[in-house]
Order: sequence, then structure tokens, then C-alpha cells
Amino acid sequence: MRKFYTLLAREIRSYFHSPIAYIVLVFFLIVSGIDFYFQVSFMNRSQVQYTIQEAFFNSVFFWFAFVLIFPLVTMRLFAEEFKLGTIEPLTTVPVHDWQVVLSKFFGALVFYVILWIPTLLYFWIFPKITDQPAAHSGGAYWGSYLMLLLLGMFYLSVGCFTSVLTRNQIIAAIISFCAITLLFFLGLVQFILLDVTSTTRDLLGYFSTIEHMGTFSRGIIDTRPIVLYVSMTIVMLALTYQAFQSRKWRL
Amino acid sequence: MIKVENLIKRYAGQPAIQNLNFEVSQGEIMGFLGPNGAGKTTTMRILAGFTPPTSGRASVAGFDVFEQSLQARAHLGYMPENVPLYTDMRVTEYLNYRAALKGVHHRRLAERVGDVKELCGLKEAESKVIGTLSKGYRQRVGLADALLAEPDLLILDEPTIGLDPNQIRQVRELIKNLGRQHTILLSTHILPEVEMTCSRVIIIHKGRIEACDTPDNLLGKIRQAGGVVLEAKIGNDNGEEQLKKIAGVREVVTDGENDWKRFSLRVESGVDVREAVFRLATDRHWVMRELTQRRGTLEDVFVELTHPDQV
Repeated sequence: MRKFYTLLAREIRSYFHSPIAYIVLVFFLIVSGIDFYFQVSFMNRSQVQYTIQEAFFNSVFFWFAFVLIFPLVTMRLFAEEFKLGTIEPLTTVPVHDWQVVLSKFFGALVFYVILWIPTLLYFWIFPKITDQPAAHSGGAYWGSYLMLLLLGMFYLSVGCFTSVLTRNQIIAAIISFCAITLLFFLGLVQFILLDVTSTTRDLLGYFSTIEHMGTFSRGIIDTRPIVLYVSMTIVMLALTYQAFQSRKWRL
Repeated sequence: MIKVENLIKRYAGQPAIQNLNFEVSQGEIMGFLGPNGAGKTTTMRILAGFTPPTSGRASVAGFDVFEQSLQARAHLGYMPENVPLYTDMRVTEYLNYRAALKGVHHRRLAERVGDVKELCGLKEAESKVIGTLSKGYRQRVGLADALLAEPDLLILDEPTIGLDPNQIRQVRELIKNLGRQHTILLSTHILPEVEMTCSRVIIIHKGRIEACDTPDNLLGKIRQAGGVVLEAKIGNDNGEEQLKKIAGVREVVTDGENDWKRFSLRVESGVDVREAVFRLATDRHWVMRELTQRRGTLEDVFVELTHPDQV
């Protein structure tokens, strides 16, 4: 375990050694800040039927920023090591390959969580700037942030996988961006295809991130998406592990 | 310490190494010599557990590098070619990180890191960011890293490449000193380095072992180890013909356009023809300004084995 923590500590630290971390943090704060500002000013103008959490986590602005984070956070994970050749000293010390894969994944996850901490501030300042108490419930906070964590795990594992496939960070970023965008908007397909049957519509609904986010941010914690995202994360990490091991295949 | 049997590695069908067989025993400094692309790095990568062989077996300290990779890796310190390092870390930070990865006990960690910094002359650069270090210092960081866990075996891929002559001398001294406690396998294409440091040499060419012996024996084995160089003003004499009459001389090559001619004599091994050359010169009234015995070097062995047509 000590080796795993050593690897993890280095992964987390390396985020803050590179400018990418700060660019992502600033970009994300600006976009989520604008999102929050719009929601608040909209609520100030007219009466709405939803809470600030629902509004904040379900706007187009939010989605746009959300899908962009993952390629930026994960593209360097393996690709950079392959490019610089540092994978060679890393894999010739007595550590297991799974330790390397998991440390990279959890390093990205820790950074992702750090990214979200400032957004808690928004809900704290909401009553102060509106002079009205927010219509809020504990469940909505738990639900929203739990969903963010689940989605984060899944999309970061997709990013890990694309990064292990190539030594070029740009290629890793583009592939993971396409994959994550497709997965994220899969639920919208039912609105595009008009002649879908109700079974297909239901099926797509199970995979609809937008729908999941909507339910969770209302404070309804559904176990089906939890199982889906946790199991998909495990699948993607297993694929990452296999791809990382492929250098040892006897060809 | 190292045992390699019938080792073969192909990249996309192209053979990189073919049927390597060799052994390195405890305490030896083994030099791995060959032109670029001969398969040195490939062999070292297999031994370090980075790439698997296509077929054949290799073991380090009794552990198969593929089947028992983790145990084998625990016994070796590897310094890869061009020393890839995390450029965003500081020297001490990097060495601490590497020591923890190699399982150096946390109570001994600070002591070990201090020791290797001392040994590799990294004290003055310890708090610098690796990205700002010169090539020579990076090389030292790589070497320090390889030494951290006090491994039984050191595998050093071109440890002196890119260093200036002073640094090369320092690294060479360091390697010699390390050879007292560690088994070392080092690759290079700088020949004097091997002659000075290694107890045995493997010459590898196009993925095959061409020779494996001590430097002295290799020199003895070479067909024409050395020769004699004569520079003289010989007037209208046919120097080449005269010199060839001397017993032991096999071949004479003449250079030089003006009065001064330069003859390179290849002689049979173990024969000293200088006295005969001197007598010939005085007999024929040649004016001599140089008469040298050229000792065979590993370079001759190397050239002969890797480019047989140029000899």
C-alpha cells in the first residue's frame, strides 16, 4: 500500500506542478460562476418551480463545461509518460501494473474533487446575494454531488483508457472528448429520433446522464445509475489495465 | 547473477536480437559493446523487465525476468538510455519518491538518498528542478536512482553518453568503485571506457554475440593485433618491397605524397620487428623520424568484428 500512496501522491502533486491544473481550475470557475450568476438573476426576475441546485446542475452552460473537464484532466496521465519515456523507469521498479493504473485514476479523481470544492461556496452565498433563503434540502446536495462523483469516476476512467492507447496527448484528448460527449448526450437521442419505440426510449433513458442528473439534483437517490456508473468505471479501468499490460504481450 | 538463454526478440517480425546466450557472475563488470542498433538497449530492456522477449529465457538473481518480474526487478537498479526523468520534480523529491517505490525502508530512506547524492555529486543540485538541470546532472540523477535500493545488479544503458570528458572520467571512476560491491552490466560504444572499466566484454552486432571474453583475451585473439608504424625519407627506394622482406611482416600500407613516407606494417602477433626495421633503414640510408609500435586496441577488435570488410 505504501507504494500505491507514493504513486498517488506524485500523481496529485504533478497536477499542481503543471499549468494545466490552474487553467482547468480557472476555466471551470469562470464557466460555473457564469452559470450560477445566470440562474440567480433568472430566479430574481420570475418565480420558478425548481430549486437552485436543480437549475445550477442542469443548464447547458454546465454541461458544456462539464464534458470539457475530463479530456483536459486525463489526457496526460499515460500519454505523457510514454512520450517522455518515464514509463521505463516507472515500470522497472518493483510495483504492480494495477498500482500504476489505480494511482493514476485516483490521482485524477482527487483533482476532480478539488475542482468541485469552490462550487459549494455558491450555495452558501446564494441567500446572501438574494436576501432570501434558498429552497434547499440536504438530499439535493447529497444527490447532486454524489452524481457528480459517479459521473466523474466513469468519465475519468474513459479518459484513462484513451490516454493509455497513445503517446500523443492531443489524440487522447480528442478521443476521450468524443466518447464522453457521445455518452453524455446519449439520452438526447430519443428527442432526435422521432419514430423510436417506447422500449428503445426506455432503454436510452436508463443511460441518459441528463436524466440521472435531473433526478439526483432533486434529491432522489436512485440505485440504478449508481450500479451503472460504478460497474462501467470498473470495466473501463480493467480495459485500461489490459491496454497498459499489452506492452508485455509476447508478439 | 544474470543468465540469458536463447534470447530472441522481434519487432514486427524484424529480429532485434537473435539467440543470445551469456552469463554474468557476481561481482563482474560486464561491458556490452556494439554499434548503434545492434540490440544492446533491447537486451537491457528485457533484463530490466520492461519488454518481454519473443522467446528464450533470461533470469536475474535466479528470478525469471518475465515470470517472476517483480522479484527480479527488486534485485536490480536500471538506468535507461537518455535517462527519462520527471522534469517537474526537484532532485531530492524525485529520489525520495523513487526510493519509496523501490521499497527502501522509511527509516533508512533519508540516509540512502543522502548517500547516493553524495556518491553521485548531486549535493549542490539537490533542490533544483530536474527540468533545469544540464545533461550531465540528469545523468547523475539517473545513476543515483539506480543505486538507491543498493541493488545486487546495476544495468546501465550508455551511462556516459552526452557527458564532457571530465564527467566521463568521473562516471568511469564511480563505476569502477561500484564494481567492488555490485555486479554491473553496462553498454557503451566508447571503447576506451570498456577497456578501462570492464572485466569482461560482449561484442554484439546485428543482434548476435560476436565475441565474449576479457578485454585482454579479445586483443590476443584478433588476427593482427597491432603493428608498427614507420615514417622515413627513403629517396628512390621501393620501401614497401624492402619492408615486406622482413620476417614477420604480413602487409605494408604506404601513405604520404612528398619525400616523407609513412608505412603501416601489419605483423604477426607476438613478433617485434622494430629492430629489423631499424637495421634495414640504416642499411638503405633512410632518414627515420618515427618508429612506433602500435598496440592493438579494442577498437581493432570492434571494427574487425562489426565491419570485417574494412580491415
